[in-house]
Amino acid sequence: MNPRIDEKAYTKKPFLIERRDFLKYLGGGIVILFAPLGGCHSKIAATSLPLNALPDDFNSFLHISEEGLVTCYTGKIEMGQGPIIALAQMMADELDVAFENVKMVMGDTELCPWDDGTWGSTSIREFGPEMRKAAGKAREILLQMASEKLKVPVSQLQVTNGIVTDMKDNSRSISYATLTKGKKIQKSSIGKPKVKDAKDFKVIGKPHHRVDAIQKVTGAAKYAGDYKFPGMLFARIVRPSSYGAKFISADTSEAEKIEGIRVVRDKDLVALLHENRDKVDEAIVKVKAEFLPVKLDVNDKSVTEHYLRSAKKGNITNTKGDIEEGRKIAAKITESVYYDGYVAHSPMEPHAAVATIEGDKITVWASAQTPFLVRDQVSHELGISPDMVRVIVPFVGGGFGGKGDNPQAIIAARLTKLTGKPIMVTWTREEEFFFDTLRSAALHTVKSGISKEGKITFWDFNAYYCGDRGAETIYDVNHQKTTIYDQEEGDPQVHPFATGPWRAPGNSNNTFAREMQICQMAAAAGMDQIEFRLKNLADERMIKVLKAAAEKFGYTPAKGPSHRGFGIALGTDVDTYVAVIIELRVDAKTGHVQVVRASCAQDMGMCVNPLGTLMQIEGCITMGLGYSLSEELKFEGTNMLTRNWDSYEIPKFSWVPDIDAVILDRMDQPPHGGGEPAVICMGGAIASGIFDATGALLYQMPMTPERVLQAIKKTSAQ
Amino acid sequence: MQETISFHLNGNETVLKTDPSQTLLWVLRNHLNLTGTKYGCGSGFCGACTVIIDKEAVRSCSIPISDVAGKNVITIEGLAKDGKLHPVQQAFVDHDALQCGYCTPGMIMNAVALLIKNPKPAREQIVKGMEDNFCRCGAHIRIIKAIETAASKIEGGTIL
Repeated sequence: MNPRIDEKAYTKKPFLIERRDFLKYLGGGIVILFAPLGGCHSKIAATSLPLNALPDDFNSFLHISEEGLVTCYTGKIEMGQGPIIALAQMMADELDVAFENVKMVMGDTELCPWDDGTWGSTSIREFGPEMRKAAGKAREILLQMASEKLKVPVSQLQVTNGIVTDMKDNSRSISYATLTKGKKIQKSSIGKPKVKDAKDFKVIGKPHHRVDAIQKVTGAAKYAGDYKFPGMLFARIVRPSSYGAKFISADTSEAEKIEGIRVVRDKDLVALLHENRDKVDEAIVKVKAEFLPVKLDVNDKSVTEHYLRSAKKGNITNTKGDIEEGRKIAAKITESVYYDGYVAHSPMEPHAAVATIEGDKITVWASAQTPFLVRDQVSHELGISPDMVRVIVPFVGGGFGGKGDNPQAIIAARLTKLTGKPIMVTWTREEEFFFDTLRSAALHTVKSGISKEGKITFWDFNAYYCGDRGAETIYDVNHQKTTIYDQEEGDPQVHPFATGPWRAPGNSNNTFAREMQICQMAAAAGMDQIEFRLKNLADERMIKVLKAAAEKFGYTPAKGPSHRGFGIALGTDVDTYVAVIIELRVDAKTGHVQVVRASCAQDMGMCVNPLGTLMQIEGCITMGLGYSLSEELKFEGTNMLTRNWDSYEIPKFSWVPDIDAVILDRMDQPPHGGGEPAVICMGGAIASGIFDATGALLYQMPMTPERVLQAIKKTSAQ
Repeated sequence: MQETISFHLNGNETVLKTDPSQTLLWVLRNHLNLTGTKYGCGSGFCGACTVIIDKEAVRSCSIPISDVAGKNVITIEGLAKDGKLHPVQQAFVDHDALQCGYCTPGMIMNAVALLIKNPKPAREQIVKGMEDNFCRCGAHIRIIKAIETAASKIEGGTIL
């Protein structure tokens, strides 16, 4: 048995058991309650509803059954990033059971305790260590029981694959299954249960293959849109042609001529329903709807000026020394403005949800990063108790921060309540682009100076509308200031669309601006990019990571532009340190950029699954090619012009470089996460690579062929 | 308007009484419960809905069910034989050539069709053949390696 999403649990008749009876329902064995979410709140959950108060004492638990099987129940979800593997590894190691005997039950609000959502590498970084403690507690209890049974002290016992053995007499042993048989023990992990030292790890730190691969290569893996129920109807919603437009009227008479079409009207919601998806697709285009659009005088070209006009007082998030002092002692000053457009999450699976109703109880299967938020949103929307809503998140086909708001799930629940029928809402690709909570466009003004010796004398960094993640400089500068301009409460609307977290929110924008400024200053100092960085870094972790990346890449120093097309960027993301060095080629005739190879070094603290980490690094580098080279949403006012992949190019097979990576050995440290860091480096690495190849300076992402050609032209004119 | 349409599906003769204008994608998913074939964009751009029809990779979102009458359709559910994964499926497993897995069925079907045409493709031919199947998680390199491995293991003529 693999630690997989438990299909049986998900298809169990909903609401069979009351919450308070749940522990009873689990049957015998040992249950350890734990609470990994001490004070953890994040932007993604800060939507229209207040967060649940944290539960009294626990929000996760593990269960060791009377058969010795270990199950972890968690509200975290699997969307490709691999906690289903890494968490099971942590559990197996701490309990000394076979990996195959650990099962993860994830993302079901009925079976799993409350959780605030899956993002920001929190599954491993925050949940993981607390889960290990709970496992440590379980191990303590089991060893105590074994000690009593075998009549030897705990210190004389060892555990392998769930069998406790007397070290002095190998013939004397007892299994976890025997120990838990007939027992009903419930404890919490409160206190300081002992967890293993890194030197004793047997499963943590060893590469582990994906456990869901067979389900996924056979088509058996179920995503929200794959569920089907008797009498289920597909819904299409009458949508405005521009963002935020107010509903006036909808004439559905032509659509209703299609046999079997049902129309549901509820306040400003007009939906068409049909048992066949194609029929409802055919009907929706026949609806004549009127909306009052919101006027906003901005488009993808003018957005940065719009930002400067909209920006109120910035928040200084970090300051040291005196910028004017640093300016006085500078031999050379670099002042730049960096631009960045709106970017979509563009997961392969569009938002999907199917809702069913049984009596007063609603069950929603949703493609969502926040199952418990879905539950609360549905309960709020329908005016019913959260206990009457069950949300199940099966496999999710990519999220990247974009599946935290759940409008599709709310509408599915509303429609099922209104009709009494199971309702499937899956967004079309056009809806996915239109209603995505986009990565905000960004603007940076950066002023900095260097001394004759190549030391940075001052650093004045201003970031507009991308937040402060990764904004504070990683370099050792005596006179520095970081100012963040963001929409504050009460400010007029800045973005024409909904914006939200996108893999390492804001950090890609901030890292691009910082690292491109560094690239320019290194050139101004007449120094090699890496030597300039090493001269200006004091943080030992960062220095080690940069050197490791340089070694992996086989980097030799040269003053830029060296015409080798070597690009570098480094940064930190939630305390993971990362550096990426790339080699690229620029076609001077077309402006096309091809990244040939990339080397990444990462200090992420404890690395639970090196294979999973490598896959995340590959994913980050590949995804990063997109926002760096091609991805940019086109819009006019509140009208989104980009509606499908024909006008929004995501990275393809021919774009992908050879990728290698080195993970620094920090197994004695807590895990900091690896799902996001490498993505932040790609903009800066590519921009500095283009400079190194051609001498052209790129200040705007994405670095499209057109913009690259323009920059090359400008350079040769100088 | 209903029509009777018969075709071979994953080795079985299938007869459907249905509206002939429905797309193959939604007939597979909704009427035949074959949900391995995914909706990605509905316009043939991304390849998530790829199936094989008479040995060619076809985007099932873009053809009406009436077009498959008399033809031989294979979906991701029809690749494994006698409980044994198809070599391309097995290679995807061995190389961890997936993350979220949503593009995977389309990738595998496209790769199988590629190998039918060219059983021993060079790397550039794999890249070219897979170019218009999209993956957002970034499993591309592993997918290429998986196809190379599968190609090296399949003997001529036994791809399907």
